[in-house]
Amino acid sequence: MGLLSRKATCNTHGQDSSYFLGWEEYEKNPYDEIKNPDGIIQMGLAENQLSFDLIESWLDKNPEAANFKREGQSIFRELALFQDYHGLPSFKNAMADFMSENRGNRVSFDPKKLVLTAGATSANETLMFCLANHGDAFLLPTPYYPGFDRDLKWRTGVEIVPIQCTSANGFRITKSALEEAYELAQKLNLKVKGVLITNPSNPLGTTSTRTELNHLVDFVTRKNIHLISDEIYSGTVFTSPGFISVMEVLKEKKLEHTDVFKRVHIVYSLSKDLGLPGFRVGVIYSNDDIVVAAATKMSSFGLISSQTQYLLSALLSDKNFTKNYLKENQIRLKNRHKKLLAGLEAAGIDCLKSNAGLFCWVDMRHLLRSNTFEAEIELWKKIVYEVKLNISPGSSCHCNEPGWFRVCFANMSEQTLKVALNRLKMFVDGQSSTTRSQSEHQRLKSLRKMKVSNWVFRLSFQDREPEER
Amino acid sequence: MFLLASPTTSHSIPTKTLIQDLSLSFSLSPHYSSLRPKSLDFKKKMKQLSTKVTSNGHGQDSSYFLGWEEYEKNPYDEIKNPNGMIQMGLAENQLCFDLIESWLAKNPDAASLKRNGQSIFRELALFQDYHGMPEFKKAMAEFMEEIRGNRVTFDPKKIVLAAGSTSANETLMFCLAEPGDAFLLPTPYYPGFDRDLKWRTGAEIVPIHCSSSNGFQITESALQQAYQQAQKLDLKVKGVLVTNPSNPLGTALTRRELNLLVDFITSKNIHLISDEIYSGTMFGFEQFISVMDVLKDKKLENTDVSKRVHVVYSLSKDLGLPGFRVGAIYSNDEMIVSAATKMSSFGLVSSQTQYLLSALLSDKKFTSQYLEENQKRLKSRQKRLVSGLESAGITCLRSNAGLFCWVDMRHLLDTNTFEAELDLWKKIVYNVKLNISPGSSCHCTEPGWFRVCFANMSEDTLDLALKRLKTFVESTDCGRMISRSSHERLKSLRKKTVSNWVFRVSWSDRVPDER
Repeated sequence: MGLLSRKATCNTHGQDSSYFLGWEEYEKNPYDEIKNPDGIIQMGLAENQLSFDLIESWLDKNPEAANFKREGQSIFRELALFQDYHGLPSFKNAMADFMSENRGNRVSFDPKKLVLTAGATSANETLMFCLANHGDAFLLPTPYYPGFDRDLKWRTGVEIVPIQCTSANGFRITKSALEEAYELAQKLNLKVKGVLITNPSNPLGTTSTRTELNHLVDFVTRKNIHLISDEIYSGTVFTSPGFISVMEVLKEKKLEHTDVFKRVHIVYSLSKDLGLPGFRVGVIYSNDDIVVAAATKMSSFGLISSQTQYLLSALLSDKNFTKNYLKENQIRLKNRHKKLLAGLEAAGIDCLKSNAGLFCWVDMRHLLRSNTFEAEIELWKKIVYEVKLNISPGSSCHCNEPGWFRVCFANMSEQTLKVALNRLKMFVDGQSSTTRSQSEHQRLKSLRKMKVSNWVFRLSFQDREPEER
Repeated sequence: MFLLASPTTSHSIPTKTLIQDLSLSFSLSPHYSSLRPKSLDFKKKMKQLSTKVTSNGHGQDSSYFLGWEEYEKNPYDEIKNPNGMIQMGLAENQLCFDLIESWLAKNPDAASLKRNGQSIFRELALFQDYHGMPEFKKAMAEFMEEIRGNRVTFDPKKIVLAAGSTSANETLMFCLAEPGDAFLLPTPYYPGFDRDLKWRTGAEIVPIHCSSSNGFQITESALQQAYQQAQKLDLKVKGVLVTNPSNPLGTALTRRELNLLVDFITSKNIHLISDEIYSGTMFGFEQFISVMDVLKDKKLENTDVSKRVHVVYSLSKDLGLPGFRVGAIYSNDEMIVSAATKMSSFGLVSSQTQYLLSALLSDKKFTSQYLEENQKRLKSRQKRLVSGLESAGITCLRSNAGLFCWVDMRHLLDTNTFEAELDLWKKIVYNVKLNISPGSSCHCTEPGWFRVCFANMSEDTLDLALKRLKTFVESTDCGRMISRSSHERLKSLRKKTVSNWVFRVSWSDRVPDER
């Protein structure tokens, strides 16, 4: 063991958790409409499979992009040799424009401040290497994407200190939660280098409010630290309230020529909006040219294949395509989300009201045997083994309240989603009495009529703390 | 604590290609270097960034970049800029693209994201499994076997894909070394290693000094000396890393050297990384001997030491595809394979590219024809460079692989110093208008050696470059004297088949050759 590094022999990559049980079970017994209708349905994968046809049809009409040609001429050699870590200029231009378009052109992005990386996984790790030293900390609101434990901490030695968010206010980031996290870090003797948020949030599926963004900007200003906004899901916002990027807030607060402006960095990727995780396309955007310069050099460790840069620069430069895609993608996500919601409702299950993402943050607290994480894992195992749905337990996302689950809706066919929801309903009906689920269904319908945005509807059959706003 | 660092404000870093070969870092560890008074604001800002950013462990702030900048300002073009600078500092293989292009024309599905006429776009778009595409790993394993004459086998399950060997090497460091641990590397070595192995990992490089006295071969005493040097510096040695065939030497390691290395790491209980990125560029009479061959020959295949030998490969040099970012780690240690696989998340190979290349490399007719033709063309190109240099009275280390020659210009130095080397280099860049790589950037211990690439331009361009060089040499005093007489001497020396020896052209005292 002394021959390998601690990184190789430890499990900070976080992949030894029992969480992987669900994955393994799915692999052993994957659902197939025809060949394996009783198999496990994968609802733990935040993939966007809804709009491939739009890309496929573009590819059919534009065969040059994949065939190394430009205006009839072969550019194979040029691409084969292109390894400049500054990236293909046409691709960076197209990405900058696409990011702008995603924000309704309310802000613009300078291609020279973009750094290309092999996916957001690489982008986030690179930013950590640039902004933090071994032992420094970043504050992250919980619940958060489980992958951050590996991406932000593993090889960088950086620590994550959670900003606790609760269902009491729809998991919104509050000023006091920020301060508490900062103090906790200090107690742990960790130097806080910044805050990292995912906006829209994974796993919540909600966009940050202007209030939250203002709190965050004020906080990082006061503490003289960084703010990373991972906006990987920015193109998946399907309903109001719309998407507000931290860049917009900086613009509104007229902070563009101040110090704090240089401490706000955005991460983006094409893995969720365009559904292309296999192509490994990520981006860091920073107003700090030292960070851009360093991250650019670091991108050597994860450059995007020139073959892929070329294909996607052609795709994204086609404004007809991007406009139509973004619009259609949103419509389809909205519909799919609605279907999930309705199906859950019919099973007496509620979720956090969301307007983005490829998943819902589902409230199954009423199905827990006890208000504990053990009970959550128990329930989760039942759902994996008996209901045969692979969903993600909230504890894997560091949620501090048991009973929440992330359920994906964009990575399967409509038919499969229906099957999954049916199974869930049958399970729930089997768990509690039929009458309870019917009365809950009524209560939910009436609660919905009260326009209470982002509140959690509690289905409690045990004592709970009263909601606060 | 304030970190004073040289400001890494935007250099006019060449846009054409990646700075693989250009870092010039003399520092032993990636910490702050030049001290200059800085404004309070700047200091405050530096505190907010990591030491990795504010130091220059990436190694790219050297004056070496002058050559690159000059090239970018004034690049040679046969028609548009015939007096421009010729790029001879880029180890690219541009000799066999036609073979790949013709394959692509005959096999359109591979690039069009189709299989048997059916679109597999969705499948590829979603494929992000860090275990890599099975067909691709299989094709890579077989290609690696083919390059080694099928004398050894590679198990696809022991391959970890990475975004280029840049990523592969760094990942191996993360797996094998803690910050502050050291790896021993024979000099001269690829300048990029200073960044790839040290920058973000915190690992250190301790040189194994090789000299021209024996053709820069690795000796047992050099290994021991390097090990002791590391101990003196209080650094824990975790392994040795060699590039075989060597960059910048262009020579393949001899069986003797490989045996030495395997014995050494066995006795010290450390790792051996063999970066075999140039294995497919071997054009000499000799066969390429991989460290895997040696393990097999010494019957060490299932021993402890075989688990400490790791091979790095890439398609950037053999196939000339650096833009596609295809690298691989091969290890017999399953813990390393497992850890490196997870780490590869930070630099996966695009599924679009994996698919294209799995189709290409699975075509055995293509691979066998390609390897043969590639070697032929490299050999003839190298010959052209060598004879052109010879007619200018310049010799180089006898080479049998690679995309460059290790050229001896010691006789053109004013003094036997690195300052003189840099002076000469600047003359060659500014006056002769050739961008070549000075040996000091490769940590060579002897001044006067330069790496000159031959496979990244057309034959005509190479001829022109050689002409310019000849003109330059003849314009210098010693050049005129030497070029005539040494040309004869060289011709007679060549008749004695002395492999890997340096032919010295000395008019100053030199240490006598040793073998």
